[in-house]
Amino acid sequence: MSTITSSAPAKPAATEEMEAGAEVLLRALKEQGVEVIFGYPGGAVLPIYDAIFQQNAIRHVLVRHEQAAVHAAEGYARSTGKVGCVLVTSGPGATNAVTGLLDALMDSIPLVCLTGQVPTHLIGNDAFQEADTTGITRPATKHNYLVKKAEDLARVVHEAFYVAKSGRPGPVVIDLPKDILIGRAPYTPKPETLHRSYRPQTAPDAVQIARAVAALKGAKRPIIYSGGGVINAGPAASELLIKLVRTSGFPITSTLMGLGAYPSNDDKFLGMLGMHGTYEANLAMHGCDVMLNVGARFDDRVTGRLNAFSIGSTKIHIDIDPSSINKNVPVDIAIVGDARQALEAILEAWDADTTTQDAGALADWWAQINRWQSIKCLKYTQTHEKGGIIKPQYAIERLYQLTREHEAKTGQQTFISTEVGQHQMWAAQYFRFDQPNRWMTSGGLGTMGYGLPAAMGMQVANPGALCIDISGEASFMMNMQEMATLTQYRLPVKVFILNNQYMGMVRQWQELLHGSRYSESYSEALPDFVKLAEAFNGTGMRATSVDQLDDVIRAMIAAPGPVIADICVDQKENCFPMIPSGAAHNDMILGPEHDSKLSDGSGLTDAGMALV
Amino acid sequence: MTSLQDTTIRSATISVLVENEAGVLARVVGLFSGRGYNIDSLTVAPVEGDGGRSRINIVTSGTTMVIEQIKAQLDRLVPVHRVADLTQDGPHIAREMALIKVVGTGMNRTEALRLADAFRARVVDATIESFVFEMTGQTDKLDAFIDVLRPLGLAEVSRTGIAAIARGKRGF
Repeated sequence: MSTITSSAPAKPAATEEMEAGAEVLLRALKEQGVEVIFGYPGGAVLPIYDAIFQQNAIRHVLVRHEQAAVHAAEGYARSTGKVGCVLVTSGPGATNAVTGLLDALMDSIPLVCLTGQVPTHLIGNDAFQEADTTGITRPATKHNYLVKKAEDLARVVHEAFYVAKSGRPGPVVIDLPKDILIGRAPYTPKPETLHRSYRPQTAPDAVQIARAVAALKGAKRPIIYSGGGVINAGPAASELLIKLVRTSGFPITSTLMGLGAYPSNDDKFLGMLGMHGTYEANLAMHGCDVMLNVGARFDDRVTGRLNAFSIGSTKIHIDIDPSSINKNVPVDIAIVGDARQALEAILEAWDADTTTQDAGALADWWAQINRWQSIKCLKYTQTHEKGGIIKPQYAIERLYQLTREHEAKTGQQTFISTEVGQHQMWAAQYFRFDQPNRWMTSGGLGTMGYGLPAAMGMQVANPGALCIDISGEASFMMNMQEMATLTQYRLPVKVFILNNQYMGMVRQWQELLHGSRYSESYSEALPDFVKLAEAFNGTGMRATSVDQLDDVIRAMIAAPGPVIADICVDQKENCFPMIPSGAAHNDMILGPEHDSKLSDGSGLTDAGMALV
Repeated sequence: MTSLQDTTIRSATISVLVENEAGVLARVVGLFSGRGYNIDSLTVAPVEGDGGRSRINIVTSGTTMVIEQIKAQLDRLVPVHRVADLTQDGPHIAREMALIKVVGTGMNRTEALRLADAFRARVVDATIESFVFEMTGQTDKLDAFIDVLRPLGLAEVSRTGIAAIARGKRGF
């Protein structure tokens, strides 16, 4: 490691004016470019709320539950590429935020979460609303701090923002004892020096790049598998990914987190891969000879059974986090670095390399892929008779088409968030994203209740956009209190509920793996969502048959305020294709529309049942 | 790099140079427990003046893939400066200290003293019915000494866990 002077806590100049800790905190947030804080007040953070009251530079959005504050900050961060900011009180405020923090950690979302803490002299005394916040959040954050000395306050805030957004992004907690917020503290500006220990590698190694290009040029059956790392590397990384596909002619698939980095409507795009990925994407992964993973992490939802995952292929893995490399799947060529820089280096080396690709082999590979595509694994049958029941897939397709028409007509951009379950997978399969930062979903942690607050954060960040939470009726109810926040701040978020009166994905697994014993997965005693919307001063609407669907979607888009659209869909519909847990990529179950030879369910095993 | 597919379990001595700040040991230990890695031994102490940095020595075991993963996970902790796999990077020295209490009288007592001499252990406390020996050496030498004292009234053992360093001029 190079010898760079350590940035030890800067001693304040003697002449410098001391301010209250809470004011120093806000000054540091302003210097870091914070425009909005999502938060909820309480005893320990009252000094911060008092300071917020007396200024106008930073806006505060009052949520109705701390978990929602974190998800809203995630939606804000993911739709803008900026660091999201959260403020909660001590004890229950902090513990309520934990789910959101872990969600952000798993999905690599940059956040800074300020938590109140009891005064330093009471720490450890089981004081009122005390929690060991740094202890509780240690495995749920990228890093956390407890500020015990006033002179550390400003430095810690600057450091927290640096850590949150550098390398693989993630959430950072700053625990702030009340006496630090009230007492005088010096201000120190953002440091110019490098962090003393945390300096993630972003520039790729040239030797590995050269090896990667040689492997890619010699590929007969290549595949590019891109993930959320491309989104995190900024829109320029998506442009470079498109350029690489254009240059190479390779097929490309994407993880759930990576959707939008490559335009879904392009003919080189095979759709999402993994557990509910397309037949062609999974078989191409299974049969490829060279795989280029850009910013994805070989998650178990993607790989299926590891010892059957793409056997014999040469695997190239670009990741900014060295611990993601060789964690689940041993790779042949490891490139540690930022996705944008690595793609740039690959394209440069590609042009410099004079070897030509095996065009014949590539054409044969595409012919094979086209045969896989021809089975149309996402096929479903929608009746168009009056009064016909709505298929959830059709509801998503219509939502996609009508928002696209709306965007073409008005220029209003569409941002989508989801909750977790069947509706999430259908959204990933049938909503064709073609730009990065437009799709927000809880991928790693799978947090029901993510979508509504995330949409709220997207709408705060993009006031002119059409922000839609594609939801299920069960997930929606996990954070539906945020309807009040939407009304308060006039955030016109649209909640598009695919209401099948079941926790659909739970029901699907019970049907496939537990003898159709639907234990506790029925959504009993549902509220009337139309009246619920009205109770929150929003607009409620409902579609119960296919002939009503388009009108409801159009009315939802046109409504000026928040909307709940209750779309009553086929209760029995399952999400296909599906690779059951513990099965290989070529052990896929296809839907009822398909030849049973292709979907014999042989992937369903007792060993797989034990997996999640 | 040795093959990642190799499934044999090997022992690894890993040294970690960390910023000496509150919670850093909890981060390291939490990483091991949270991800299901083994800790066979762990030592930690400041190694720079004015509380600048501390060195943690961890003896762990796992397949090559797991040990590579442990190193990568440690290296991405924010207060970690550097991670070195002493077992893999070259020859190294590892030493451990033990305080060993033997209680007894008569023949057992003289035999214990004689063995201590043979093993080059020092007597650091003595009463008419007990000795405390201090011994520094490699882990297996300490194990051997403790084993021979077992039938001679071994009462209590306190061990430090290993401190380790690379041989030669190679630095951390």
